[in-house]
Amino acid sequence: MKIKGRVWKFGRDVDTDAVIPAKYLNLQDPKELGRHCMENIRPDFAKSAKPGDIVVAEENFGCGSSREHAPLALKGLGISCVIAKSFARIFFRNCVNIGLPILEAPEAVDAVQDGDELSVDLESGTVEDITRGLKFKANPMPQLAREIAEAGGLIEYAKQHLL
Amino acid sequence: MGMTAVEKIFSKHTGKDVKAGEFVFADVDLILSNDITSPLTVEQFEKIGAKAVFDKDKIALVPDHFTPNKDVQSASNSKLLREFARKHGITHYYEIGRMGIEHALLPEEGLTLPGDLIVGADSHTCTYGAVGALGIGIGSTDAAVAMATGKLWFRVPQTIKFIFSGKLRPWVGGKDLVLAAINKIGVDGARYMAIEFSGDAIRELSMDGRFTMCNMAVEAGAKTAFVEPDEKTIEYVKPKAKRSFVPEVSDPDARFAQEIQINVDDMEPLVACPPSPANVKPVSELKDIFIDQVVIGSCTNGRLEDLRIAASVLKGKTVHPRVRMIVIPATQRVYKDALKEGLLEIFLDAGAAFSTPTCGPCLGGHMGVLAEGERAISTTNRNFIGRMGHPKSEVYLANPAVAAASGVLGRIGGPEEVLS
Repeated sequence: MKIKGRVWKFGRDVDTDAVIPAKYLNLQDPKELGRHCMENIRPDFAKSAKPGDIVVAEENFGCGSSREHAPLALKGLGISCVIAKSFARIFFRNCVNIGLPILEAPEAVDAVQDGDELSVDLESGTVEDITRGLKFKANPMPQLAREIAEAGGLIEYAKQHLL
Repeated sequence: MGMTAVEKIFSKHTGKDVKAGEFVFADVDLILSNDITSPLTVEQFEKIGAKAVFDKDKIALVPDHFTPNKDVQSASNSKLLREFARKHGITHYYEIGRMGIEHALLPEEGLTLPGDLIVGADSHTCTYGAVGALGIGIGSTDAAVAMATGKLWFRVPQTIKFIFSGKLRPWVGGKDLVLAAINKIGVDGARYMAIEFSGDAIRELSMDGRFTMCNMAVEAGAKTAFVEPDEKTIEYVKPKAKRSFVPEVSDPDARFAQEIQINVDDMEPLVACPPSPANVKPVSELKDIFIDQVVIGSCTNGRLEDLRIAASVLKGKTVHPRVRMIVIPATQRVYKDALKEGLLEIFLDAGAAFSTPTCGPCLGGHMGVLAEGERAISTTNRNFIGRMGHPKSEVYLANPAVAAASGVLGRIGGPEEVLS
């Protein structure tokens, strides 16, 4: 699948309290959660992000709480992909499990700037910065994570393989 | 080549010898979910189409975060959780008045035993390392699949070994040791890895202190934490256990990703300054910081020993007129024991509020949310931006002695200042 979108760039250690503050954890609707996504650290994000936009971040994106509301909020807002130097592990598995595409691409993160236009090929792991005319390769996803993602998430995978 | 305790526990739960780095589906001994992660779990469970949970005795459901229900939406979520528990005949469902904060409650109930593999839809599930179990934080979809199948996918982690040598000074405890560890390796220093806490200082530490340490391993990015079971562990778990268990330990020639030595002889109480649990300073360097609120409680430091320590600092003193102090025992049992020991009276006489168990203020839920510009010192585990309320409020993390002393002083300070 190919994705095209504008970059919203964040720093390192963006925690899940920042992605979605705990006061909204009594909500479950992705769209409602999306309206409050990043509001404590970047209030314009939820208002201005367009479906298809891409979040790019430095190391350890999604650290802290296990709340699946965090990837759901990003998904609800229409964020098509998260690219980071590295992901906190619960956030990583939550994304795989609910089918929010993520890529570890440290070199791309260094080069890409806020507002750039990206084209991402999820199968090949290619990240193209259209604004700057640069191309990068993401780290390959672990085999099992890829299989779960290809099945459409952990629920579908479990139906096919575990029940 | 020997194996780490973590590799051994994973091997036991996959039926074959596995090494760090391998991806496996493992059988789990217990699945935990709470009032904020369960609604999504229930939704996903319905999607799987399973008629029943895999084992009604191996699931624990604890409404602890926004309870007693803070608003109508939270009440609806708790209701959903309660109805799911009833429908599936879940044995370990804990109602308000009989409950506690999940990571204090489940060990107390004897549900977390040495050698177990436990998953919880809460990042602080790593707390169970204190009893020699692997507790691993997962998401809500994970929990749904585990409840339906009894299995979940994992990457077997490498282990970082911390060796704490020396003798702890007065007022220094598990909180300070774990803050030192997080400071040493950073908030992602143990990402995708397990942490084993070892050394003389850990052997000397009480079970409550070990729970505090393992609890905060996730603040260094760790997947799970582990303390080698010893006499103290067995003495703690044996009277509570309702099934047999087999403790596991790392082989002497096990391969660790890193071995880190920390000598504690000169360590003073530590405080993590906002907005990161790794931003740690000795309490003596922070004496000009005025506070509005003190929180003593949480899955990190809401156990009986924590309340005893705080009370020993507060006895005969009063909370500073400008400060609100909120004390929250982690479980009903801790509450009752605190009452019996006369701790409750000390807190009330000092001018503190004393609450029924809840996670409440730790995550800015209720029972002590901060306004713009307010500052708290708290025995909880996270000081991220906006964690306890307004994005322009601040949280400093400390042990119960420092939190109590700061409440008396009206600014950050150590117990010696109050008791001298």
